[in-house]
Amino acid sequence: MNIASAYENGKLTLYLQGELDHHSARTAMRAIEQELEQSLARECVLDMSGLSFMDSSGIALILKAHKLTAAQGGKVWIEHPSRQALRVMETSGIERIVPIAQETGKE
Amino acid sequence: MNVSNYIKLEFPSKSVNEGYARSAVAAFAAQLDPTMEELGDIRTAVSEAVTNAIVHAYPDSIGTIWLKARILEGRVLEITIRDKGQGIPDIKQAMQPLYTTGGEERSGMGFTIMESFTDKLRVRSAPGKGTTVTMARRIRVRNAGR
Ligand SMILES: Nc1ncnc2c1ncn2[C@@H]1O[C@H](COP(=O)(O)OP(=O)(O)O)[C@@H](O)[C@H]1O
Ligand SMILES: [Mg+2]
Repeated sequence: MNIASAYENGKLTLYLQGELDHHSARTAMRAIEQELEQSLARECVLDMSGLSFMDSSGIALILKAHKLTAAQGGKVWIEHPSRQALRVMETSGIERIVPIAQETGKE
Repeated sequence: MNVSNYIKLEFPSKSVNEGYARSAVAAFAAQLDPTMEELGDIRTAVSEAVTNAIVHAYPDSIGTIWLKARILEGRVLEITIRDKGQGIPDIKQAMQPLYTTGGEERSGMGFTIMESFTDKLRVRSAPGKGTTVTMARRIRVRNAGR
């Protein structure tokens, strides 16, 4: 698991890459905390296009990112989840708290 | 019961083995020619059960986890994950969505995911003795399309 980031106009984009499970979640959380603290971003996007696997450990991580961003007066949303990650997020009902951007454009 | 094939694995409860366990079961399941979605569901369900054994069964020590996967009649993949850890005092409560004893790092959604990603989930546990989670998922026959 690896996280790359980009910051532009108050929006922090975190590119999650690899497999997000319990084994990688703690390191991932530390990285996200640091990025959020440094940037003080009002908007935070979790870009999942490079994420090849996610289980319920990812749900806990998304909720934590939501809490941290909300504490800075901002919001988080998800972009480009794989079908597998989307199924995990739908089953856990997390879209009620953290929105998942609908894919736009064509295949 | 007719078992056409099986694997048995044993490994220590180290978190680095989570990825290995789900990949091993996915590689074994490949002979049933599952769809990407079926394979994703299997990987996810295995990851949840193995993570529970690592996090909850053996919270302050390294114990042993036994994983068995077999192919039963009717293209059913059955997966059993067993630990000799601390056990679950109230299984019904533990299986409730959002219930967790793991704090902020856990979501309490593991059993809910195992339940909805498989056709059958059975949990047997005894405090102080350990937990056995058995999951079954039927892999559909795909239209060959050729
Ligand atoms: N193998 C196990 N050994 C002991 N306790 C377990 C085991 N699996 C699950 N549990 C208990 O059941 C609860 C719910 O599990 P789960 O739905 O996977 O959520 P989470 O892992 O996020 O806590 C756990 O918090 C734990 O208390
Ligand atoms: Mg769990």
